[in-house]
Amino acid sequence: MSNHHQNKKSYAEMLELVKQDLTTGVGRSVKHESAAKQVSGEAVYVDDRLEFPNQLHVYARMSDKAHARITKLDVSPCYNFPGVAIAITAKDVPGQLDIGAVLPGDPLLADGLVEYYGQPVLAVAANDLETARKAAMAAIVEYEELDPVLSVEQALEQEHFVSEPHTHKRGDSAAALAGAQHRITGQVHIGGQEHFYLETQISSVVPTEDGGMIVFTSSQNPTEVQKLVAEVLGVSFNKVQIDMRRMGGGFGGKETQAAGPACIAAVVAHHTRRPVKMRLPRMEDMMMTGKRHPFFNQYEVGFDDNGRITGCEMKLAGNCGYSPDLSNSIVDRAMFHSDNGYYLGDATITGYRCKTNLASNTAYRGFGGPQGLIMPEIILDDIARRLGKDPLEVRKLNLYGGEGRDTTHYYQKVEDNALPQMIDDLERSSDYQARRQAIREYNAKSPILKKGLALTPVKFGISFTATFLNQAGALIHIYTDGSIHLNHGGTEMGQGLNTKVAQVVAEEFQVDFDTIQITATNTDKVPNTSPTAASSGADLNGKAAQNAARTIKQRLVEFAARHFNVTEEDVTFRNNHVLIRDEVMPFAEFIQLAYFNQISLSSTGFYRTPKIYYDRDTARGRPFYYYAYGCACSEVVVDTLTGEYKILRADILHDVGASLNPAIDIGQVEGAFVQGAGWLTTEELVWNDKGRLMTSGPASYKIPAVTDMPIDFRVRLVENRKNAEDTVYHSKAVGEPPFMLGISVFCAIKDAIASVADYRLSPAIDAPATPERVLWAIRDMEQHQQQARTAAVAETV
Amino acid sequence: MIRFLLNRELRVEDHLDPNMTVLNYLRTQARKTGTKEGCASGDCGACTVVLGELDGERIRYRSVNSCLTFVSALNGKQLITVEDLKQGDRLHPAQQAMVDCHGSQCGFCTPGIVMSMFALGKNVGKPEKEEIHEALAGNLCRCTGYRPIVEAAEKMYDDVTPDSFDREQADTLARLREIQPQAQAELKYGRKAAYNPTTLAELAALKEQHPEARLVAGGTDLALEVTQLRKEIDTLIYVGDIAEMKQVQVFDDRIELGAAASLTDCYQALSHDYPDFGALLHRFASLQIRNQGTLGGNIGNASPIGDSPPALIALGAQLVLRQGEQSRTLDLQDYFIDYKVTAQQPGEFIEKVIVPRAADNGEFRSYKISKRIDDDISAVLGCFNLVIRDGRVQSARVAFGGMAAIPKRASQCEQALTGAEWNRDTIEKAKQALAQDFSPISDFRASREYRQLTAVNLLTRYFVELESPEVETRVTAYV
Repeated sequence: MSNHHQNKKSYAEMLELVKQDLTTGVGRSVKHESAAKQVSGEAVYVDDRLEFPNQLHVYARMSDKAHARITKLDVSPCYNFPGVAIAITAKDVPGQLDIGAVLPGDPLLADGLVEYYGQPVLAVAANDLETARKAAMAAIVEYEELDPVLSVEQALEQEHFVSEPHTHKRGDSAAALAGAQHRITGQVHIGGQEHFYLETQISSVVPTEDGGMIVFTSSQNPTEVQKLVAEVLGVSFNKVQIDMRRMGGGFGGKETQAAGPACIAAVVAHHTRRPVKMRLPRMEDMMMTGKRHPFFNQYEVGFDDNGRITGCEMKLAGNCGYSPDLSNSIVDRAMFHSDNGYYLGDATITGYRCKTNLASNTAYRGFGGPQGLIMPEIILDDIARRLGKDPLEVRKLNLYGGEGRDTTHYYQKVEDNALPQMIDDLERSSDYQARRQAIREYNAKSPILKKGLALTPVKFGISFTATFLNQAGALIHIYTDGSIHLNHGGTEMGQGLNTKVAQVVAEEFQVDFDTIQITATNTDKVPNTSPTAASSGADLNGKAAQNAARTIKQRLVEFAARHFNVTEEDVTFRNNHVLIRDEVMPFAEFIQLAYFNQISLSSTGFYRTPKIYYDRDTARGRPFYYYAYGCACSEVVVDTLTGEYKILRADILHDVGASLNPAIDIGQVEGAFVQGAGWLTTEELVWNDKGRLMTSGPASYKIPAVTDMPIDFRVRLVENRKNAEDTVYHSKAVGEPPFMLGISVFCAIKDAIASVADYRLSPAIDAPATPERVLWAIRDMEQHQQQARTAAVAETV
Repeated sequence: MIRFLLNRELRVEDHLDPNMTVLNYLRTQARKTGTKEGCASGDCGACTVVLGELDGERIRYRSVNSCLTFVSALNGKQLITVEDLKQGDRLHPAQQAMVDCHGSQCGFCTPGIVMSMFALGKNVGKPEKEEIHEALAGNLCRCTGYRPIVEAAEKMYDDVTPDSFDREQADTLARLREIQPQAQAELKYGRKAAYNPTTLAELAALKEQHPEARLVAGGTDLALEVTQLRKEIDTLIYVGDIAEMKQVQVFDDRIELGAAASLTDCYQALSHDYPDFGALLHRFASLQIRNQGTLGGNIGNASPIGDSPPALIALGAQLVLRQGEQSRTLDLQDYFIDYKVTAQQPGEFIEKVIVPRAADNGEFRSYKISKRIDDDISAVLGCFNLVIRDGRVQSARVAFGGMAAIPKRASQCEQALTGAEWNRDTIEKAKQALAQDFSPISDFRASREYRQLTAVNLLTRYFVELESPEVETRVTAYV
């Protein structure tokens, strides 16, 4: 463009254009910014970067003991392999060894003690990965084995914790339980989950002349990688630059876990002064890195004849693995979501952070929320079976709302509660009642296959519960041809964050999406960023970018008013043009004019979330800026001979406020639902009695494949319902909340199982509901039926 | 030296490690990084590429996992990767549809998905939903939940203009003809060697010369020894260039399946006579694996959880084993001796598999149980083939996978059935007998108790399916 305006538009044409809306701004289903590059193989991931001629590749040797003292560690045999540059152990780390995210506990390489099977003990760098691996396996490592703690029950029993328990308390739950018309107690294991991002952990580093590093990484948390690389090297943060263009999936698995490979590569680069890449092969990735926390949850609930909960106590025990990592906040979030959308009456919720000799469990989409949120769904199913009611009726009865029933057990008021209306809407649109009837009829005459149905809601709190993390920065430059460079502190892992933030900037300047160049997240451009996590990416970075854009825009408006001698109100940006009272000019032309008039065309932007706080001492506060809501109705068919099942239909209604990009939001909802259903069905993590992960690859760990999606899949976003809070264009976060819609599949499977005993019993089934677990639950039902029949016969005799 | 087309460019390679996979060749040698490594074990599909093979007057396109394909398998073929689809600025319809339907999020699985869609477009006119599922079942996506991808696979058919592969077909055919293997190709690299014989006689001679050599057909299991167990295999004999070994012939009384015929080809031949064999193969790994993997390989690796042996044993299949000039025929059930131990002698190899036609067989059903429906390894595989005449069981062949160290017949169950009246009472007795037949193990796929119970339950299913066909018995019938 610039000085070469071909097809210069007439004044009339431009006036016509400014009457029209921008077609690629906020609220439009703009395509993912990388889509065309991804489908053609042109999108560059870290491993695709052109390698340096002298590049080294690193392999880390893992511990094959769950808990042991290292009695001998000799890396000299590694050097017998031609091509090996260096073998490092903990003592070769020049700076700080520990890379724990919040609290210490994660040595980069084992320091005399191994605490899980898969822990990196030493690392070898060579000209190629295979040589590095062979050499690493040749090192001599001897252990003296110690007793491991492998079960969460054992850890709970022994009070073997990575940090202290925490309790939310409202009213006198013991008295409420004692006085309840009905009581149920129960316990359930909720399984963990492997992230299975398609791109495994990877970092590639280049040493700089200042003793620092340039790090190309696949991380949700560039600032933390910068901090930790600096700390392990013992240099100041400003020596380290992180560049993060895109991840091949993250899901929380690259919030803290990406730092290890980056730091190991940096230590090698520090010693060798050569560029170094560390990419984890799939099996090593699955064994070395943490996963979603498995939980062991115990509950006691009191309720009245209608099924309304009057009191509730829950103990939520997160299996944290060997170190704290983010477990404090993760177990907190499980506690914060143990009410889901329901008023629990007098409640005591206690969270435990159990230390076991497993990889340190970490962030995963929902961040503990799902493991807490599933509890009231299990409890309400129990109550419905006990009272012989439809679970949906009991769910509706217990929703927040009404006199004195709008405050959570951590004393945040539930404002703008969308659930009652959304559930009614979905109940109608999914034809719940008619299908419920049809399923009863089907089950009565189908001896082998049984169908199940469940409608479950989600209420999910948005904000980092570590309040200080709720901040973000952005950087915008406008060049003299009118093209815009956009950078922000968030990271792109496929969720469409870059697309959404660019749409915000496009909307602010009223220019087409294509005008904006999205660039790699880089600590040199936007410093001190928070991880892209807690669903906060667009909320925080969208606002920061909006603020940066508004700063520049304000300068431009002031300039135009001055230059054209009009009022500021006379200056408007519309559809790639600037309207200055009667004057209209293309955006690019206006930018040039501003440049020649010495106007700054670059700005940072900053945002912090208002209103939120949490007082840990009193366990009260407003940890969440707002709640996102959703509900799903799933129907399944279950084979009572094998326990196998299929999802027949899923109807979803989800609340994203005023959507920034409906297509991207629907993609998040659908993907989250299927991932959530996978968590609760086929994704089973199995460790052996030595603490070794047996399901360490996709051959043994089964994430949903194409036919696991619902046969009939109907997803809607709630329309015309803006976020009541002042979020970016009144949108709502979408990354995590819909994950928990998958709980409807779990409850539908339980519903099908319950049909075997005429819906009078609540199947006790741990998650994930693998075909095997389903079959055992069916057997329980059958045996109970048998006993009931025998008893009935005995009575008549 | 091997010769192949990298898209349409002739590549002549004589200094490659025979243990190198096509994925590593692409990424490290050809510097084409569009093809991704997701697992290096053939389970995620991110590395899917398409091989074009000369098939008379046309080119046959098949999706394969490049992470499980050794470079020798490229000899005489066209290798098409995701980079080859776009022409100038114009995306291929498979790519454009993915963009239009919002089918990519993180994008890492996307190149593999595009290639599976591309192969689908080349092989299937307007696909049914099942055909789309079949094409994509070996491609894991962790982001989208698949709905937009399936939509894209439908939508790509809206664009009916010939793509560059159609337009260049005559030229590509000519180039492929030029590089068709006329004689045995070899790839030598240090102490390692790979041979590509082109006739059975050459293979027989090679196998006698190198009894230690590993035969590789699809490589879908063997390659795991390299990519997962990190073994080095010094001598490989690639059998995919032997036309006689890839033949599938249907006779009046039998079907003969060359040991190097792909599972996809075997599927087509067998599913006509035995629809349940088709249903089984549908759940057998993924299309990429079935395009590469062979019946000979699935038998020869002697896994206790291979899916075709129990079905073939239940059908009374035989093997032809060859050594040098000598051939012998063996009942498949006698081939398996103990865990990974077979009746195959050093220097011997499987030449073909012979399956009797349906007319001479009974009511065949095969049932696979796995954690995930698609592309999963069986916890239990039960196959039943009973001849029932005049209300009596004339003969019974019942075979299981996943229940013992080898694929095995349930002899006590068969005994309880044979000669007995075909009724519920007999089934109950046969179930009790079946419970005595095996003592399976517990592992991460299933517990011993689950295996025992479902094995018995599958006999119930068989009875119900034959006696009460109106009763729904399979969740997989819902698509």
